[in-house]
Amino acid sequence: MPGPAGGEATIRVLRYDPDAGGAPRWQTYRVPYEPMDRVLDALHAIKWRADGTLAFRRSCGHGICGSDAMVINGQNALACKVLIKDLSQPITVEPIRGLPVHKDLVVDMEPFFDAYRKVLPFLVNDDPAPDRERLQSPADRARYDDTTKCILCAACTTSCPVFWGDGQYAGPAAIVNAHRFVFDSRDRASNERLAVLSDKVGAFRCRTVFNCTRACPRDIHVTRAIQEVKSEILKRRV
Amino acid sequence: MRPYPDGGAARRKEDPKALAPVPGRLGTVYRGGQGQWAWALHRITGVGVLLFLFAHILDTALVGFGPEVFNRVVAVYHNPLIRLLEMGLAAMVLFHALNGLRIVAIDFFPRLADRHQQLLAAVVSVWVLLMIPTTYFMGRLLVRSLR
Repeated sequence: MPGPAGGEATIRVLRYDPDAGGAPRWQTYRVPYEPMDRVLDALHAIKWRADGTLAFRRSCGHGICGSDAMVINGQNALACKVLIKDLSQPITVEPIRGLPVHKDLVVDMEPFFDAYRKVLPFLVNDDPAPDRERLQSPADRARYDDTTKCILCAACTTSCPVFWGDGQYAGPAAIVNAHRFVFDSRDRASNERLAVLSDKVGAFRCRTVFNCTRACPRDIHVTRAIQEVKSEILKRRV
Repeated sequence: MRPYPDGGAARRKEDPKALAPVPGRLGTVYRGGQGQWAWALHRITGVGVLLFLFAHILDTALVGFGPEVFNRVVAVYHNPLIRLLEMGLAAMVLFHALNGLRIVAIDFFPRLADRHQQLLAAVVSVWVLLMIPTTYFMGRLLVRSLR
């Protein structure tokens, strides 16, 4: 039963069908919603009850798997974290920018993950294994705490004007994930990561636009992390 | 052992469609924050100042053709329309310079990234303060050129 803030939402979705050819087009849907409904619920309502051809990604639906980043009312967000009642209508929903669109809201994430892989996003330590865990002080752990929160949803990278202009740019997400290991006291491959990011399509392509920081659904201080990586490259003269 | 030793190249070869172009947009503007608009303004003012520099290099180079030629060409700058454009130029140079300082500060002190909105507010405030005398003195010249 719709509560006081519920009602009927008008949602315009930017649709694209590669098989039909032609340009993307807007399609408008009207969906009943309840006060606690999120944009993802509206997309489900459309797909399940009105138009089964609508394509979008989602998995957990609780803001942790990072599948449903999209441009909602002009801003990158996770569809499962934005309440319909908080949005002005008509609500516009577009695929995230700068990545090729497979269909409707489904983009090809492969270029995004390519950049991610390049920074070696895993702990590298070939020192002889100790008898127990590799211990770390709380202060050392805190150094990179912020960047451990990334869920690889691509909301940051696809909000970046530099990335829209040049898909070769590593992008905020890859730099954030490099940051997570560069500042980890147990890691031994930081110089390799920093060398990758000192490239001309690396960290220094960042123009401190701060769209990434705004877009991050995990509230990571993305631009600050990028700036710390830039400083570290300068400091270590990689 | 490191995963993806080839950086994922093999996977992309399997699926060449992964390189399909980004289809055209329907003219929507990304609603970024203050940072995005400061960035856009920085670029616009940068190009604006650069365009003036082209004209400026040209007019200064005319000194080589003697004082008469130079004076005649530089007299164009007394035209009211050019005076108005000059005020715009001053506004652009001031914004570009002040915002540039903000960007440099954030580059050297990553901590300041968390305060970028306050820094931008400071940039705009200082810009407004500097534009008051600039507008007064340049505006006076503009009014005189109209007489």
